[in-house]
Amino acid sequence: MLVKRIIPCLDVKNGRVVKGTHFQQLRDAGNPVELGKKYSEEGADELVFLDITASNEKRKTIVKLVKDVATELDIPFTVGGGINHVEDVREILLNGADKTSLNTAAIKNPELITEISARFGSQCVVIAIDAKRNYSSSKNKKFVQTLEGKCWFEVYIMGGQQPTGIDALSWANKAANLGAGEILLTSIDRDGTKKGFDIELTKAITGAINIPVIASGGAGESEHFLHVFTDAKADAALAASVFHYQNYPIPKIKQYLKEKGVNVRI
Amino acid sequence: MPLVSIIDYKVGNIFSMENALKKVGFRVEVNSESDKILQSDAVVLPGVGNFRVASQKLAPLKIVLNDYVHSGRLLLGSCLGMQLLFQNSEEGVGEGLNLIEGCVKKFNSNVKTPHMGWNNIKIENYNELLDGLSENSYFYFVHSYYPLLKNGDDVAASTIYGEKFASIVSKNNIHGCQFHPEKSGKTGLRLLENFARMTRK
Repeated sequence: MLVKRIIPCLDVKNGRVVKGTHFQQLRDAGNPVELGKKYSEEGADELVFLDITASNEKRKTIVKLVKDVATELDIPFTVGGGINHVEDVREILLNGADKTSLNTAAIKNPELITEISARFGSQCVVIAIDAKRNYSSSKNKKFVQTLEGKCWFEVYIMGGQQPTGIDALSWANKAANLGAGEILLTSIDRDGTKKGFDIELTKAITGAINIPVIASGGAGESEHFLHVFTDAKADAALAASVFHYQNYPIPKIKQYLKEKGVNVRI
Repeated sequence: MPLVSIIDYKVGNIFSMENALKKVGFRVEVNSESDKILQSDAVVLPGVGNFRVASQKLAPLKIVLNDYVHSGRLLLGSCLGMQLLFQNSEEGVGEGLNLIEGCVKKFNSNVKTPHMGWNNIKIENYNELLDGLSENSYFYFVHSYYPLLKNGDDVAASTIYGEKFASIVSKNNIHGCQFHPEKSGKTGLRLLENFARMTRK
């Protein structure tokens, strides 16, 4: 049986893994090559590497770092940040990545999804959506009832800095139709808070599309993973702080999930 | 150190396959030239890409790969590389190598495609490639098509995704796996170690 995946995420800035809260107040979390190797050995099902510097002049340094991390891994490897052209994808794949993650570039140029998917396959294209709850009334948005009130989920770009007015549900649908192979869905409200995943957000997206959804933002303990798999029907769960700072071991989370009847790879 | 040639179709990521084969004790070359292929101790057809495109790229090497296989040396196809061991595929026109009898079908629409992620195997017909593997062995899959074999004896292991399909095939010196062993952690390395050991014999 296909198992639920646990995916550690390395947010990389100037060659170091960093992590913040609500995409801000970044602090150092270690060396990407060492952390990647450690998580791979601990039983991570995949590894995600997001370059959050993403400035062009440092591109070569990032590619070299991707290669160094890839060399230590024997699990699937997704790389995102600063990918704007099909050729950027090719360069990343040649250096050991299996998938690329696109965020701002895909919003600005949705055709890029189709181009990459036609050339390298849809399994290669992960669309990263950073979404934030918006409680203000707005036309043509899909409102969802939550404990905190009715809201819709707004897509943010530029590392969570810029609201777009786009509904995350319709964007996820469009991305899937254009050829995306997976959605990496991050709740800005929950990012780095360790309060648990945004179940309503995740559930809304998994119910709307027919490609795998990786839930992200807010993981703090084993129970959070259980809820996002059973209540929100996520295919995979991604986390950073819980692994970097709390030294919460992946086998512990998987053992808990297994006891609760979730299929995991142990 | 035995020499393994990875056949390059110039589409996907062969970095990880190269890396993994080195780890299990091979000298690795990425080749698409006939004489180099014929000098190899083992040949790997890697995954990723489209059947039609890959079968076109492979067409000029068909005779040499046939000669190679008839010499009795080992061939391993992974993912798309496994599908190319068969005659044809629903993914597109083009001829595979036709080394194992069967065809390649698309998953039916009641499951999410691609079948992407970690899934386990059930051993159907044991051979040395499966040494140390069991029903608890998980491998990483990414595919929308799967092989349907004519002879059940050629199915070494099966996997269930909506329906049961052949996830490892073996016929004499010809082997294939639908998953990516180079992306499947310790279990994947175990399969490649078995392949390396069989090559040295």
